[in-house]
Amino acid sequence: MTAQDTAQGETVLRLSGITKRFGALTANDAISFSLAKGEVVALLGENGAGKTTLMNILFGHYTADEGSVEVFGQALPPGQPGAALAAGVGMVHQHFTLADNMTVLENVLLGTGSLWSPGLGKPAARRRLQALAEDFGLVVDPDARVAELSVGERQRVEILKALYRDARILILDEPTAVLTPQEADALFLTLRKMVAQGLSVIFISHKLHEVMAISSRVLVLRHGKLVGEVATRDTDRHQLATLMVGAEITAPAPAEARPGAVLMRLDRVSTQPRGNRPGLDAVDLDIKAGQILGLAGVSGNGQGALADLISGLDAPASGTLEIAGHPVSGWNPRSALHSGIGRIPEDRHRTGTVADFTLTENAVLESYRDAPNARAGWMDWSAARSKTEAIIAKYDVRCPGPEARIRLLSGGNMQKLILGRVLEAAPRIILANQPVRGLDIGAVTYVQEQLIAARDAGAAVLLISEDLDEILTLSDVIRVISDGRLSPEFARGEKTPAELGQWMAGQGFDHAA
Amino acid sequence: MTEIVDILISASFWAAVLRIASPLIFATMGELICERAGVLNLGIEGIMVIGAFAGWMTVYAGLGLWTGVAVAMLAGMAFGALHGVLTVPFGLSQHVVGLGITLLATASAYYAYRLALPEVTNPPRIEPFQPLHIPGLSDLPWLGEALFSQTALTWAAFACVAVVSLVLYRTPLGLALRAAGENPHAVEAQGLSVGAIRMGAVIVGSGLMAVGGAFLTMSAFSSFFFEMVNGRGWICIALVVFGAWKPGKALLGALLFAGFDALQVRLQQTGMGQVVPYQVFLMIPYLLSILALILMSRRAHVPAALMTPFNRGER
Repeated sequence: MTAQDTAQGETVLRLSGITKRFGALTANDAISFSLAKGEVVALLGENGAGKTTLMNILFGHYTADEGSVEVFGQALPPGQPGAALAAGVGMVHQHFTLADNMTVLENVLLGTGSLWSPGLGKPAARRRLQALAEDFGLVVDPDARVAELSVGERQRVEILKALYRDARILILDEPTAVLTPQEADALFLTLRKMVAQGLSVIFISHKLHEVMAISSRVLVLRHGKLVGEVATRDTDRHQLATLMVGAEITAPAPAEARPGAVLMRLDRVSTQPRGNRPGLDAVDLDIKAGQILGLAGVSGNGQGALADLISGLDAPASGTLEIAGHPVSGWNPRSALHSGIGRIPEDRHRTGTVADFTLTENAVLESYRDAPNARAGWMDWSAARSKTEAIIAKYDVRCPGPEARIRLLSGGNMQKLILGRVLEAAPRIILANQPVRGLDIGAVTYVQEQLIAARDAGAAVLLISEDLDEILTLSDVIRVISDGRLSPEFARGEKTPAELGQWMAGQGFDHAA
Repeated sequence: MTEIVDILISASFWAAVLRIASPLIFATMGELICERAGVLNLGIEGIMVIGAFAGWMTVYAGLGLWTGVAVAMLAGMAFGALHGVLTVPFGLSQHVVGLGITLLATASAYYAYRLALPEVTNPPRIEPFQPLHIPGLSDLPWLGEALFSQTALTWAAFACVAVVSLVLYRTPLGLALRAAGENPHAVEAQGLSVGAIRMGAVIVGSGLMAVGGAFLTMSAFSSFFFEMVNGRGWICIALVVFGAWKPGKALLGALLFAGFDALQVRLQQTGMGQVVPYQVFLMIPYLLSILALILMSRRAHVPAALMTPFNRGER
């Protein structure tokens, strides 16, 4: 044990020279660090920096090409989550690993005992689970089916799964991405309780204020390399951001908006629910020219329903939808496009692009039937190609060329092509659904600046995001969606993040859902 | 209408229902296990053929009936293992592999039959399972003939439903199996092997399918002939859906289908059979099954990871 280790307390985990390659990409490049008992280490980095890969190696989902993992002084056999669990490592995955058709208790019990034991021993397990839940403030009904739980509750189940197996080291992968600010605060409280009991936590995040709030030490990853390790009390957000990106960054600061006419109006619009996701519930909404309207809310509260409605994928079940003062009828994607709506979809891989189509084909997906891309029913590929080349040049899409398949592009470049496709059609209304999710900070800034520029040119922008920080940065006015209902309109700076969080949690609405 | 009532009150009708349902019950339980673990096993039809042949051949060669059942099960498990290797670690299309297994197993059975008995024109017979006499119950008037005149294999089929139910819902193994078909990542993250669970489910499930096939040659009839499985495997696939992937409801489905089948055979022999072509009667069980499927299973919860291969360490 070195002097440094003693100063920090007992070392519980040591990663040495972890390297992992996926084809030509080196996702982790000789990463070494150690974790002490009772500390929270934040693993900070942009999307694709290699944070999750590193933790997947530690937990045994992946096998490292080089390097070793030691837990409590014992080498951990690679590639075996069972061994990691037995050694006291628990992981809360970003995409929850729960079976929806089973109860909370069953999910917790899965894999805990021998597969060949005759019974499940539910009564004893239920008591133990309830005791743990009380100790750590993780309230959840053990007999509820996971399918019926909210996202926050599911996360509590994930944490309980680890605690039930006596985890001493807990890895949390982007745990706050799906939570309201209040839920995130409750999570931090739980984490502090764990640390007080001697557990160690690795907290993966790309949100600087959370890292500053919860961690005692920060490790910064960039392009698969460990580029910085600092004690949290010796650093600040600005330094961390610079370390994370590798360059100075400036967040966009939009000028005062000059709102114009109402371009789209929803008057008591309701839509059908989709599966267990709510539809819209008697929603009134005005979207004005020259203004960015930010829609905040926890994922799955009707954002999808609103986005589908505006993009023409769904029509109102009741109420009226007006475009520039005229009620619409026969609402479908094509009429939405012809009404001047530009659509940046939530999932650029699934609905934004066709992966095996070329850039040119993707660039004309929304206009392939119209001149100049098509004439008399025949595609004019040279016109389509020159339009695509113009987008590539103007929006700085880094790609092999207009004939390359779009799946070869990074998320940021794919999004730039989509942005070009939307903005070059000069839309009057822009639906930007999670426009920067999963992008590098450089690409985030670019996309956000383009949206502000479109606003300044007179477009009405509806920004849907689960990231409250993004909403607060860009929006001229904010509304909150919860269970298909919309809050009143709040001006920029009118509400604090905590107050918006209460609306996100469903408080303050006049009628019950 | 009185003809239908006459049929429904005859003890032989109910005995036939249980007999017709038995092979379906075995094979449906086998398919249900596979699908609950996330693997669609379209090899079922061929695995039933190989089971029918292997069981019969064993007894024809002079070994005991229960040895025949065991050999049938092992033969089914061997084809199940092949299906499992191709679909689980290799992650190939479950549709293509399953149809391939059906063709391979069927052809293997026919080929082996011709090799063993090259010159036979009339299928030779074996001494099949005899109805089990249960003291007291079998001697009851009507009920004795209707319900208690079955072979041991039929009773085994019903016991199989109870065992599958208990294992699925009351044991850690069943929990892991259901989780593997719902969200394999949950299984992996709890330190279990999705591959091992799915392989095990496909192998055991295929063994049960083969026993279903063996019932045909060793209990229902006493010889093996071509085309004898005759689409029963496909019916079992539908029964799993009808049963919403639950053993009890699937059993109900098998009994219902068997009931329609027993009914149509008897209707052919009534006055109606003189007027209506017999092919119409043959359609009845299928038409009613489709109707029942529509009514029963539109809101069933399909195992979420059914037909989705799981590959570790992929991104």
